[in-house]
Amino acid sequence: MEDADLRLDGNAAAGMFGEIFALELTSARARCASCGTIAELGAEPMYVHAPGIVVRCRNCDDVMIVAVHGGGRYWLGFTGTSWIEAREPL
Amino acid sequence: MARAAVLGRLTWHLANVVELVDETPRVRSIALDVPDWAGHRAGQHVDVRLTAEDGYQAQRSYSIASAPEQPHLVLTVERLDDGEVSPYLVDELQPGDKLELRGPVGGYFVWTVEVGGPVLLVAGGSGVVPLMAMVRHRVGLGDGTPFRLLFSSRSLDEVIYRDELDRLAADDGIEVVHTLTRSQPDGWTGYARRIDEQMLREVSWPAAEQPRVYICGPTRLVESVASTLVALGHDPDRVKTERFGPTGG
Amino acid sequence: MPYVSRGFRGRRREGGDAARVPPGQYLTDDFPVLSAGPTPHTPLDEWTFSITGELDEARTWTWEEFRALPSETTTKDIHCVTKWSKLDTEWEGVSVDTLLEGVETSAEYVLAFCDGGYTTNLPLEDVAGGKAWVAFGYGGEPLEPEHGGPARLLVPHLYFWKSAKWVRGLELRADDEPGFWERYGYHNYGDPWQEQRYWGD
Repeated sequence: MEDADLRLDGNAAAGMFGEIFALELTSARARCASCGTIAELGAEPMYVHAPGIVVRCRNCDDVMIVAVHGGGRYWLGFTGTSWIEAREPL
Repeated sequence: MARAAVLGRLTWHLANVVELVDETPRVRSIALDVPDWAGHRAGQHVDVRLTAEDGYQAQRSYSIASAPEQPHLVLTVERLDDGEVSPYLVDELQPGDKLELRGPVGGYFVWTVEVGGPVLLVAGGSGVVPLMAMVRHRVGLGDGTPFRLLFSSRSLDEVIYRDELDRLAADDGIEVVHTLTRSQPDGWTGYARRIDEQMLREVSWPAAEQPRVYICGPTRLVESVASTLVALGHDPDRVKTERFGPTGG
Repeated sequence: MPYVSRGFRGRRREGGDAARVPPGQYLTDDFPVLSAGPTPHTPLDEWTFSITGELDEARTWTWEEFRALPSETTTKDIHCVTKWSKLDTEWEGVSVDTLLEGVETSAEYVLAFCDGGYTTNLPLEDVAGGKAWVAFGYGGEPLEPEHGGPARLLVPHLYFWKSAKWVRGLELRADDEPGFWERYGYHNYGDPWQEQRYWGD
């Protein structure tokens, strides 16, 4: 598996996020806590061939979000994300 | 930024396989009836989960090929030789079987009329699937947004949805440009190489017209096309990508 | 219980000695690649391996110095927390005992640190006593970058996320500091035979 194949787009996490959050997040914007870049979560590179999903900043590559699902539980780490901004639904 | 959709908690549905259509020797479309399906938007995908008798599970994501207006949910799957899930879906699954799926998923790689246009769709092989949902949605609505599809396939026999695209190309506003990268039929006058900057210059709307771009396919094609378009001046926020990676197996 | 898909077998290897497969695991003949980030590519003339932290003097080896150390081959079963197990994998590497030889320390824990920022934590006794290596060869060939090359930690008695890829050193610590996956929900120790996958298991 080539390195390029390990890195997918934000849509790859949409399934797990959809089980946890009531709002659709991959079209939400997020700010990287390391470099301040703001982008739609769907546009950020994601690594899903891992024990969990890792979302990295497309600018500086630092880890923004880690999501683990197993043993009947979810763990969500947002340490690398300053905020997530989602519009109110209609 | 679009308004967020309220999901409620995504759960697994048990869908009924209604019909199977062979698109190409390696690609099959699966029409599903999904009880309690809440609808979807063009470009979204579903996660499919298979469970063996001993509890072993495999899960993959597949883009929805059907437009929201169509009566059945359609997935189009390419059999990967070393795949674990795709050979089952393409070769084994039969009408009457059931399939566990979760969705619809993904709000980033979506086209609705509100998004506007003109719309450039760039597909590599089975990357055409979510883009076809967008095409079918535009046609289904009778909407007039200009749509142009640049579609890279290995050979004419392997062009997914070929007949349907030929018909839609006759429709006003849907332009289809093929490139066949490995072999071409006698008399072929179209592109015969991988998508490159020159081809994009010739096919794409110029950046000044601010097209909405959706690129889907193997990672290398997606990255190359996206970076080329940005280098040609397109706003990165208007260039959306869906890398298939190797998960479509 | 999820719906059983008629006729689905999956790409497992059948047979194999059940006594060698921990609970909840499936055998594979592949060697799946899992990663939390892009593959690093440190040139060998810039690569070093270090022992740092609770010892009198930090130790560092260049690639040449590291490869000049006594090394050994070892055949082990490996178990990934994502449920695949692979039996009889062949590795070549330097025993961590060799790297720690002569080190006097009061540390009880190590934190492995790697190119790309990955970390994982272990009790010191779990990387000593012939239980761990810094491996540079797999299957008789140099370890490929996607599998952690030029060198990775190899600790086969624990889930394979503890066998940190692209390892650059071990920090000896008096206290236990959770590494990357341990901070995000995975088990602090990770014994496959007790199925210690997640925090609190």
